[in-house]
Amino acid sequence: MTRRFSWFNATSLTLGFTFLYLPMLILIIYSFNESRLVTVWAGFSTKWYGELLHNEAFLDAAWVTVKVAFWSSTLATILGTMAAYVIVRSGRFVGRTLFSGMIYAPLVMPEVITGLSLLLLFIAIGLDRGILTIVLAHTTFAMCYVSVVVSSRLASFDRSLEEAALDLGCTPFDAFKSVTLPIIAPAVISGWLLAFTLSLDDLVIASFTSGPSSTTLPIKIFSAVRLGVSPEINALSTIMISIVTVGVILASLVSKRAIKRQKADEQKALQT
Amino acid sequence: MNYRRLFLIWVPYIWLLALFLIPFGIVLKIALSDIALAIPPYTPKLDLSAGWESITSYFSQLDLENFIFLTEDDLYWRAYLSSLKIAVYSTIATLIVGYPIAYGMAKASPEWRPTLMMLVILPFWTSFLIRVYSWMGILSQEGYLNQFLLWTGVVSEPLVILNTNLAVYIGIVYTYLPFMVLPIYAALGKLDESLLEAAEDLGCSKSSAFWLVTIPLSKSGIIAGSFLVFIPALGEFVIPSLLGGSKTLMIGKVLWEEFFSNRDWPVASAVAVVLLLILVIPIILFQRNEQKQREQDG
Repeated sequence: MTRRFSWFNATSLTLGFTFLYLPMLILIIYSFNESRLVTVWAGFSTKWYGELLHNEAFLDAAWVTVKVAFWSSTLATILGTMAAYVIVRSGRFVGRTLFSGMIYAPLVMPEVITGLSLLLLFIAIGLDRGILTIVLAHTTFAMCYVSVVVSSRLASFDRSLEEAALDLGCTPFDAFKSVTLPIIAPAVISGWLLAFTLSLDDLVIASFTSGPSSTTLPIKIFSAVRLGVSPEINALSTIMISIVTVGVILASLVSKRAIKRQKADEQKALQT
Repeated sequence: MNYRRLFLIWVPYIWLLALFLIPFGIVLKIALSDIALAIPPYTPKLDLSAGWESITSYFSQLDLENFIFLTEDDLYWRAYLSSLKIAVYSTIATLIVGYPIAYGMAKASPEWRPTLMMLVILPFWTSFLIRVYSWMGILSQEGYLNQFLLWTGVVSEPLVILNTNLAVYIGIVYTYLPFMVLPIYAALGKLDESLLEAAEDLGCSKSSAFWLVTIPLSKSGIIAGSFLVFIPALGEFVIPSLLGGSKTLMIGKVLWEEFFSNRDWPVASAVAVVLLLILVIPIILFQRNEQKQREQDG
């Protein structure tokens, strides 16, 4: 569909992307505003960033959030990759329909329901709410995202490569490690990144499953912004937006290079 | 070999059973319980050590009281209906805003497409909370939009947008736009250009070719995108509580307040069960659509 790139299309793209990016752009610009009155521009200043660095409560919450995100995304990647393997490779087994249902359902489940049900579980088994319970909760919904990402990669990959490795005397674990894993690695990595950002971002499930000593950054931000717009939150948002932007761009460059190298390798293999 | 296979299946399986399915059982059970001044605040509690009698008396104490309560208090009816209304309208609005973007992307030159794609995905990776928050500064009484409108002289008094349903619509369209654009873009990308040429050769005008060929052929993308917006919008909590007003009634917010403010766990659980029942139909329809799509593709 390359024909007729008209003014209409150019306009709709421009308007669409303006709509998507203008609010965040305004937020970033006003995070450098001198005034506490967020809607009145009073000159350039980085003082809100300085205040943020001295706000212990935010720093503590940020640390909790990163810890939770790291552990839950790592666990979710392991479990999600296993689940993807089961769905794509394991054929029939008892309870398969239930299994795939449980993989896809959390993707569309309203967060309030997931959060409430997990909280009631933790209380029923007498598990104190804290970092551990948030990690368990985040792992559960993030593993489903990971398994969707990984299973699409697994489904498209040539199984005979794995079989060849087995025929040549690899143990199944070796075959997985030296054949399958390198091929699905980009999907596993993007699954981990997805799980990490989902956990970093989650407010609702964390609110249900966190305890008083384990406030995460989104919970902190939410209770602050309920009172209205504030320059510290603008500064914090700007930092978070920049980290994500740099991360996404880096990840896409890395995967582009990986695809290029893979293609070059295939070319070489064909020539020899 | 077999042990490994069992291990592979059962580790994620047991995890999901324990942390996804069983919790729903507990929600259902508490929805059938009564509120009590205790920790945890509901009764009866199951005590397996007290033998068979306690189990039977436990089950006899469960009842549908909370569900009857939901039908009697019209707050809940109105909340469900207004959530449905808000979700439907905002899905339509997202479609209207998203379709031209997806269309423009599909028509853009191939070397531009990865960049455009990235530009649509990037906001999705950015914090949801921050994206909703960014509209608070724009829509408030003395916000940037009102400043702009007053400056240009379009309005003489600031508009009240924040804390109304309109702000909720804007928030949903804004945050869920990528979910609508990407499936439609994927469907449009597969569209065979020669079909449009054929339609025009056969005497269709450009606009009727669009309505008769392009729209029907991108139907699967439209359906997928609509479900991806509608389903999460229905149970949305963050957007109505930050952008909506006290009059904005959405079921996610009601559940939250029932749980955290009123501490009525049984009613909150009953609200959750009913919300889930409402969502079952769209979720099944969505899965069907996806499956049909996969069969067509492969």
